[in-house]
Amino acid sequence: MSSTRIDNRFADLKRQGRAGLVTFLTAGDPDIDTSFAILKALPDAGADVIEIGMPFTDPMADGPAIQASSQRALKGGQDMKKTLAMIRNFRAADHATPIVLMGYYNPIYIYGVDKFLADAKTAGVDGLIVVDLPPEEDDELCLPALKSGLNFIRLATPTTDDKRLPAVLANTSGFVYYVSVTGITGMTTPDTRAVNASVTRIKRHTKLPVAVGFGVKTAEQARAIAQCADGVVVGSALIDALQATLDTNGKAGASSVGAVTRLVANLAAGVRGARRGAR
Amino acid sequence: MTAPQQPNSFRTGPDERGHFGIYGGRFVAETLMPLILELEKAYGEAKADPAFKREMDGHLTHYVGRPSPLYFAERMTKHLRGIAAARGGNGGAKIYFKREDLNHTGAHKVNNVLGQIMLATRMGKPRIIAETGAGMHGVATATMCAKFGLECVVYMGSVDVARQQPNVLRMKALGAKVVPVESGSKTLKDAMNEALRDWVTNVANTFYCIGTVAGPHPYPMMVRDFQCVIGNETREQMHALEGRLPNSLIACIGGGSNAMGLFYPFLDDKDVEIYGVEAAGHGLNTGMHAASVAGGKPGVLHGNRTYLLMTEDGQINEAHSISAGLDYPGIGPEHAWLNDLGRVTFLSATDEEALAAFQLCCKLEGIIPALEPAHALARVIEIAPKKPKDHLMVLNLSGRGDKDLASVAEHLGGKM
Repeated sequence: MSSTRIDNRFADLKRQGRAGLVTFLTAGDPDIDTSFAILKALPDAGADVIEIGMPFTDPMADGPAIQASSQRALKGGQDMKKTLAMIRNFRAADHATPIVLMGYYNPIYIYGVDKFLADAKTAGVDGLIVVDLPPEEDDELCLPALKSGLNFIRLATPTTDDKRLPAVLANTSGFVYYVSVTGITGMTTPDTRAVNASVTRIKRHTKLPVAVGFGVKTAEQARAIAQCADGVVVGSALIDALQATLDTNGKAGASSVGAVTRLVANLAAGVRGARRGAR
Repeated sequence: MTAPQQPNSFRTGPDERGHFGIYGGRFVAETLMPLILELEKAYGEAKADPAFKREMDGHLTHYVGRPSPLYFAERMTKHLRGIAAARGGNGGAKIYFKREDLNHTGAHKVNNVLGQIMLATRMGKPRIIAETGAGMHGVATATMCAKFGLECVVYMGSVDVARQQPNVLRMKALGAKVVPVESGSKTLKDAMNEALRDWVTNVANTFYCIGTVAGPHPYPMMVRDFQCVIGNETREQMHALEGRLPNSLIACIGGGSNAMGLFYPFLDDKDVEIYGVEAAGHGLNTGMHAASVAGGKPGVLHGNRTYLLMTEDGQINEAHSISAGLDYPGIGPEHAWLNDLGRVTFLSATDEEALAAFQLCCKLEGIIPALEPAHALARVIEIAPKKPKDHLMVLNLSGRGDKDLASVAEHLGGKM
């Protein structure tokens, strides 16, 4: 597989000697226009890689913030076609920032795997994270995705022991997403010492960059994690910042986009200010 | 779609990856994958251990009260023969009820829970979580946790908490913590989401006791195995009573554990007709129902591929049924497979039909059935008069209906 925007971006970050900031937003939350405005503003605010959530009615691995965000998007009529169209529009102006689609398998399966991969590739998607597809189900989407030139980014977790890691890493590409806590998104704050040890452990098994997420909320946490990881993923905290600007009907206001970009800038400063530890 | 090839046996599934044809599988987050593999291994070892089976049989006899009777429903039979005669016929099947309502805790759920709780004990997991719809699985889990001295947390949609108060009180009395789930449609599917979120958070000490033949492998297989006591007993009892196999089996299907337990031991008896009855709610054409085979298509949710109710964009629809136990937008993967192969015939019954069957059963047999098996009884009332008198038909009376009296009274507007 030739190198993707994700590979190029992490190679570039390595040359700069710093970790990357990976930010998450849910497509269509709280409406398609606001969501697109946030997406467009993210690179300048300091996001190095962008994860876009494909909303799903039953997000089993997500905490309350992302659950609510999915429901707002679905209520606003978001669907897969609109999500892919939003990325196509983003790509017209930004050719460098990697885009990773993240979500659950059913909406992809129903859209049709081959059609999804073709349309995602055309829209300018670079990688996929599908929470409910472990390596045991690689035939479903992972292998076809790799064949079509998309990265398939796998989650590794505290329960993924050394014996299992090779199986998890086997068909992973782009980067490894280390879930720093056992649990759902946005709930527990990771213990940076334990994260450090885990990143070191994963790096013994792979040359891929390792990004760490689940529960990162502040610039300080981002800075601490950026000292050992190649990327820091922030999701629920950005959704919370957006949610705080919505009116009682869940509608966006004048401050919605700015609330997200301000926090992204803040987190980016944290990530960029990290002193890279002895590697 | 081309019909799948007929297997030599319908009792060979799942394969080593948990698939029944295209259905089943292990669609779970990585955090849970090692736990599911550990569970599969532990279950395999327990299954091969004669001591495990001996202990289980002991509890089934002395605590659950098995075997449950296979009861000749004489007045129901007579009534349906009367209907046949009024239509100028001379038939009417002989109806038997498999009395799972007489088990301790009042439903078939306990058969499975006993097995899983014994397994949890064997695996050294002190904390049990479960999801529940009607509350029968929650009550069974709370009961077994009390008996085995384990912590118990039950997730239940807040809509179900409101309509199944007696079971909420039973669970609390038994020492379980009942957590009302406010997300999504606030029913069984959301309770399952929340239980999965708990499990992914408390992996080290927690065992997830799933109540039906769904979820990631090995659950559909394991729950089926534990429920097969229903069909195995039925086979022996029918031989003792009539000297032969039944001609047909019928059971209600939400996730489908009572049905799979009755059906499985008969799947290779080609002459035995098998019917599964889904909940048609307000009617299949209203969109307000829980019939995933009749109104859904294959998709992936809660760890397995199976028939699901969903939108064109792959978003899961809310199910609707008067019966909280059938109010789920999916079905066990093995049922999906058996449907496609044509081995099990899927039918449905509406809320109204279930209510009528419920009342008829109370008055003719002195048995208050749960609303879930009342759906299957509704189809018995339709099918039995068309069958000859020597046709032996077994209905799985999967649970008692005391829990449903308040909602039945409400639906009938005090005309009970």
